[in-house]
Amino acid sequence: MMRVAVVRFPGSNCEPEACRAVERAGGEAFYVGHRDASLRDADAVVLPGGFSYGDYLRSGAIARFSPVMEAIRAHAAAGSPVLGICNGFQILCEAGLLPGALVRNAELSYLSRPVTLRVERRDTPFSSAYREGELITIPIGHGDGRYVAPEAVLDQLEANRQIVLRYVAGGGADVPGNPNASLRDIAAVCSPSGNVVGMMPHPERLADPALGSDAGHRVFVSLLSSTRPVTSNR
Amino acid sequence: MTWRVHVRILPRTGLLDPQGQAVEHALAALAFPEVSNVHVGKAIALDVAASSAAEAEARVRTMCDRLLANPVTEDYEIDIEPGGAA
Repeated sequence: MMRVAVVRFPGSNCEPEACRAVERAGGEAFYVGHRDASLRDADAVVLPGGFSYGDYLRSGAIARFSPVMEAIRAHAAAGSPVLGICNGFQILCEAGLLPGALVRNAELSYLSRPVTLRVERRDTPFSSAYREGELITIPIGHGDGRYVAPEAVLDQLEANRQIVLRYVAGGGADVPGNPNASLRDIAAVCSPSGNVVGMMPHPERLADPALGSDAGHRVFVSLLSSTRPVTSNR
Repeated sequence: MTWRVHVRILPRTGLLDPQGQAVEHALAALAFPEVSNVHVGKAIALDVAASSAAEAEARVRTMCDRLLANPVTEDYEIDIEPGGAA
């Protein structure tokens, strides 16, 4: 059974949902603390959402120096799956494991609502169970979710197919697609090799049909089937 | 000796600064139409032990690059004066 470490930083608050989503997809989930030096032989790591270290200085800026980050860095370098959700995405950017940065939403408000996303790339450990081009609706909950990077980096992301999810209109004509003015409508990116993925939306918050939809469930289904090599893009 | 260091961190020029814009609009609403180019950032003050101002500045520059400022989105300026915060 795939073993998935869910990292708890002081101020993480989505870790039970992340564990439950992994378990619903058929994996074993366990917590790893921010001071732990080892990921206890985890096959994959999830950095959950929340407000690590109170978002002091910048979202994710302090968590990046937690002792556990060295183990996560080694895990990522070995090509193993790492998923950062929301604050986890912010931490991965601050740590330099993903390019770019997440800054204050353009309208300055904290946004908590569903968004519609287009799956741009499915050959990652966290998106293979979706169809390329598929539209999915899952929630966001963030104040600092506006993805920015220098133009040259954005061009490189497009050329390398490192954009995994984009915000699109789809929740009704009156609902704008891009909620926070992220550059190029980016909602999720991956590392050049695809094993490290960061996303602002929260798939773990909509991964159980009891909630009316389990549109996020397949992020975890993807992970649980990711030990098999991806041979085609369709 | 001890140096008092002030670091000013501002959003990188050219990047959308919604906080700066909001403050600018609020100032305009308060009848300060002469205001433009408002930017909101952070100020960080710290005491640093170093043998010279140049050494203190080099150390603080490294602190900025590694933690205090985000190299993707922020620029910073450093002021150094002799003596601590007292």
